[in-house]
Amino acid sequence: MSLLTTNYLTPTGREEAWRFTPLKRLRGLHDGTAEISLRSSLIVKELLPSGVSFVREELPPLATSDDIIIERIRGNSPEVAHLSISANTELEAPIHLGRLTGALDSAELSRVRISLGAHAVATVVVENTGDTILAEDLEISLAPGSSLTFITLQEFESKSVYAARHHAVIDRDAVFKSVTVTVGGDVVRILPTVEFIAPGGSAELLGVYFATAGQFFEHRMHVDHAVPKAKSRVNFKGALSGRDAHTVWIGDVLIRAVAEGTDTYELNRNLLLSDGARADSVPNLEIETGEIVGAGHASTTGRFDDEQLFYLMSRGIALEDARRLVVRGFFNEIVIEIGIEAIQERLMNRIDFELERAGA
Amino acid sequence: MSTLEIRNLHVSVNTENGAVEILKGVDLTIKSGETHAIMGPNGSGKSTLAYSIAGHPKYAIVEGSVTLDGADVLEMTVDERARAGLFLAMQYPVEVPGVSVSNFLRTAATALRGEAPKLRTWVAEVKEAMESLNMDPAFASRNVNEGFSGGEKKRHEIVQLELLRPKIAILDETDSGLDVDALRIVSEGVNRAKENNNLGVLLITHYTRILKYIKPDFVHVFANGHIVEEGGADLADKLEANGYADYVSK
Repeated sequence: MSLLTTNYLTPTGREEAWRFTPLKRLRGLHDGTAEISLRSSLIVKELLPSGVSFVREELPPLATSDDIIIERIRGNSPEVAHLSISANTELEAPIHLGRLTGALDSAELSRVRISLGAHAVATVVVENTGDTILAEDLEISLAPGSSLTFITLQEFESKSVYAARHHAVIDRDAVFKSVTVTVGGDVVRILPTVEFIAPGGSAELLGVYFATAGQFFEHRMHVDHAVPKAKSRVNFKGALSGRDAHTVWIGDVLIRAVAEGTDTYELNRNLLLSDGARADSVPNLEIETGEIVGAGHASTTGRFDDEQLFYLMSRGIALEDARRLVVRGFFNEIVIEIGIEAIQERLMNRIDFELERAGA
Repeated sequence: MSTLEIRNLHVSVNTENGAVEILKGVDLTIKSGETHAIMGPNGSGKSTLAYSIAGHPKYAIVEGSVTLDGADVLEMTVDERARAGLFLAMQYPVEVPGVSVSNFLRTAATALRGEAPKLRTWVAEVKEAMESLNMDPAFASRNVNEGFSGGEKKRHEIVQLELLRPKIAILDETDSGLDVDALRIVSEGVNRAKENNNLGVLLITHYTRILKYIKPDFVHVFANGHIVEEGGADLADKLEANGYADYVSK
């Protein structure tokens, strides 16, 4: 075990990037006071098919980062857990990654790389579970013509802290689709970020989150259209219930002057199921060229629609069942995009459970 | 044999200018197998009557009673009223995003019948109900009322009427927005439900045209929050000829 000692600029909470985050609950990940464990929790859950390897190796970062926690992770270790899918490998079955048992009295700093060779096609699922203090620098490299569906499930136990960046670098004509699910943990802060490095790529960032009493979940998107003719879609849906449940969604989309032909739309919807919960939702579209196909955003935060509940109840459906139907329906649009029935079912049951526990 | 009894019903709604009384003493008795038409001009309170009986939270009961076979309907929650045997076919059925018609119908049938219908017979039952209302069975996998045309929404209401088998149904302007063919199909659905389940019907409408397909036993003229005249089917013909002008000025 060692302490983080390098001098970094410690966030105070006044910075734009940190203004919503409860720094005191980050267990020292941001200011270097966390005690660092050498554990390396990411594992492959079953035998890998041919064309796929999972090794720990020294790799330089794929992209720069201005996030202080990512900097600290990189300063701590050159070693990366690297899942590599070779060129032209087309996988039908998803690859499942999971976590070994963690701990709450020390922190893990994790670097992960997922790389797809040219024209590779894969689905990768990362199941984040257990008790842990985890900071993670996860980078995804998509070679030309490759296609990745990337599903992360934050199903941590209630005291866990997870601070991560999930950064995808998308080359020519590559297709990236991510589904970020956050339902467990004390503090979860994820930066799903995307960088296009050649024309013709597309990124679809989808997400669902459900925060109950005391939980803080932040999803801070950044999509960088730095090349022409790339397409991005963002759609995150969240529900909140209980005192001091707090979610943050930030959608930064930057269309640079060279990014002609960009097509982007971002959307965030929040459902407030009780008093005392707070949803922050900040879409932010920065456009440096007018020569685009489309750019837009929408953000809504609302309560149960009384007319929907009345309609369902007028057919004999009890209030709690009507609420469950409405909430399931609200999330359904994103959940079905996961495309793996067992996970979809588990997630819907988790949503039912959270709703029931919240007594909403 | 069921009886819905409405006695001296006064209902108000909250507005910016305080509570406004909309129903001013409604008396009406509907028995199984009977069809009552309530006709009246816009704003006379017809829909308020329908939604008050169903228990919409927007309306406050000021005075009076509504009972179904002696049980106090006004004390029941919205879902309890449906389970007691009341059904409201809405003028503007509500969209429920992400909830499929098949899931919705099965959940409702389970709630009303007290147990989940057997899957095999249920699928056939739904298919038959949809086909008899000229609805593509593909509607079962669509979200409730989402993207439905006005006519499709009304047909979906009558599919529910047939599947959920209430004792007394209130049809709130089910005829509005329907073309002649759809009006006939929807009316046939109501008549089937009457025949199969000895349904009592309270039919709320502006126009007499639906009464050519669904024959009323009683016609009530509604104006200014209460019933101003009652009669048989011939009263509808009189309204067709003279309009509501006689009643509105009263």
